[in-house]
Amino acid sequence: MIAIYKKELRTYLTSMIGYVFIAFILVIIGIFFTAYNLQYGYPLFAYTLSSVTIIFLITVPLLTMRIIAEETKQKTDQLLYTAPVSVGKIILGKYLALLTVFLIPIFIICLYPLILAQFGTVAFAGSYTAILGFFLLGSADIAIGMFISSITESQIIAAVLTVGVLYICTYMMSGISSLVPATAIASLLVFTGIILIIGFIIYYLLHNAVIAALIAAICETALIIVYFVKSSVLEGAVQNLMGVFDIHTHFNNFLNDILDLNGLVYFISVIVFFLYMAIQTIQKRRWS
Amino acid sequence: MIEVKNLVKRYGDHTAVDNLSFTVEKGQIYGFLGPNGAGKTTTMNIMTGYIASTEGEVLINGHNILEEPEEAKKCIGYLPELPPLYMDMTVMEYLTFAAELKGIPKEKREQMMNEAIQITKIKDVKHRLIKNISKGYKQRVGLSQAILGFPEIIILDEPTVGLDPKQIIEIRDLIKDLAKKHTVILSSHILSEVSAVCDYVMIIAHGKLVASDTPENLSKLMLSANSLELTIRGSKEKIKSTLKKIPGIKVAEIHNSTEKDAFDVLIKTGQDVDIREELFYTFAKVQYPIIQMKLSNMSLEDVFLELTGEAAPQERKKQNILFRIRKSAGKKETEVIPDVILEYEASEEVIEKSDEKAAESVGKEKGEDE
Repeated sequence: MIAIYKKELRTYLTSMIGYVFIAFILVIIGIFFTAYNLQYGYPLFAYTLSSVTIIFLITVPLLTMRIIAEETKQKTDQLLYTAPVSVGKIILGKYLALLTVFLIPIFIICLYPLILAQFGTVAFAGSYTAILGFFLLGSADIAIGMFISSITESQIIAAVLTVGVLYICTYMMSGISSLVPATAIASLLVFTGIILIIGFIIYYLLHNAVIAALIAAICETALIIVYFVKSSVLEGAVQNLMGVFDIHTHFNNFLNDILDLNGLVYFISVIVFFLYMAIQTIQKRRWS
Repeated sequence: MIEVKNLVKRYGDHTAVDNLSFTVEKGQIYGFLGPNGAGKTTTMNIMTGYIASTEGEVLINGHNILEEPEEAKKCIGYLPELPPLYMDMTVMEYLTFAAELKGIPKEKREQMMNEAIQITKIKDVKHRLIKNISKGYKQRVGLSQAILGFPEIIILDEPTVGLDPKQIIEIRDLIKDLAKKHTVILSSHILSEVSAVCDYVMIIAHGKLVASDTPENLSKLMLSANSLELTIRGSKEKIKSTLKKIPGIKVAEIHNSTEKDAFDVLIKTGQDVDIREELFYTFAKVQYPIIQMKLSNMSLEDVFLELTGEAAPQERKKQNILFRIRKSAGKKETEVIPDVILEYEASEEVIEKSDEKAAESVGKEKGEDE
């Protein structure tokens, strides 16, 4: 694991990618920091951070697109997967290297509230809570990017997919969920669609139509029973489900001076989930 | 040391490896031989744990490659078909990374890397970026990665591809040296390489193990026959009738010779049957001089073509005779006296066929054979 970590870190810090990533984050935050905090004298650093989350849409794909896709493409993964190291450790080593690169601009950002303190009173606790939220948001985005890099061998496809997924999860999700009516019948229809999709996925994985149909039928029956017995449960359920994918909302609490334990657990879960999915993707490729 | 049991690998409908079983003993060089797409690389990838098999299992020193991957992989050094090199690293950086990845303790690392560099002769390039070194050197860097830490089993997938003749000889010598302390498995579609290097050859075709033995035995195995090449001066009819008198001949072919008034005769006998003296005296009696007589064993190449051909096993004999006819197609007249006719209709007139009709005749014999 340490070998992989060192190798990835060296790759990022001896090539352009790492520096472009760091510089881009620092430049954008620097501009907003100068404009909002220094020129307008706005004392909340969180305000700057809330304006710059869009940089993850560009920087995270840049950082993560090659992390696994390139190994698959260049066949260097053969060295990794035939070495006495488990896939889990390989993924973890790579992720920690990415986090380390990301920590470099985070540490520099940590100096900004101190700079701001030269000109007046700064709410340090609130500022650093916001930076923690910013770090967690970026870490979750990196985990998602890494997972997407594991499902393809083309860096470009990985980058485009990552931009798309991050855009939907960060900016679109609340908009989409407001499009769906919060009524029970709408939830019923949406969940029926989801059950059908799950059924097809199970069929695709197991090649067994009976089991897939059975599972889908059981879920659908349970759903209909819930709808007729206690339809209030389904009201707004789609919005709740979409809220799970809405990364940005969880970040907002950190911006409002709240050290949100829910948010903390949420981001860590997202990271663990996508790292796990990356491991499973690699394991599955070996079996097919 | 390595046990491979009933290995099956399917990609959708395509079966790449079909029920392959073999064991590998310590301290020998094993060669996987087979045409392109025979399943050599797939087998090696499964043995090293890079991909999983559909059915069957691989045991490395008693460790299942899927259930105890880390234990099993510690015993293996693997050079894949395409050396897994990071182009933006120097050779030293790459080897350091490989050593760390293999978990070689820090105090031993330097010494082991130096040994690997020395053995594969890459000292001159060790501080250069891998993307800037030649293909031959890249192959050697890949090889030094495989032998790094000196694992018990070294698996090399086509180790001499892309090397110049001098380098090929060097790599072969290196493999022979390695075999003193390690078990080496290599794959190749080059016959001379396998017969020159390996103690034991496994011929794979269509994902199946079609033969496995020492190169010498495999050559002997060929239709369990030795063959004799003769050039006899005299008339064709007489040569034919004389040949029929000699017992022990399985197949005899008569071709036109480059010598004037003479014919080339190719005779196949059973194993351990020596009819050379008999031939000499018989032809001496009829005053037909044997100008040339040569004993020739089947080369490994013949065995290879025989065993990996498209034909099903029961059709092999037919394939072989067809192959022989094709080879002599340049000459005007070829005569084939297949064994079945000599055996069952020895007293009758031998069927004469011209070259174009020979294939038909073979088909006919086939019917009689059954």
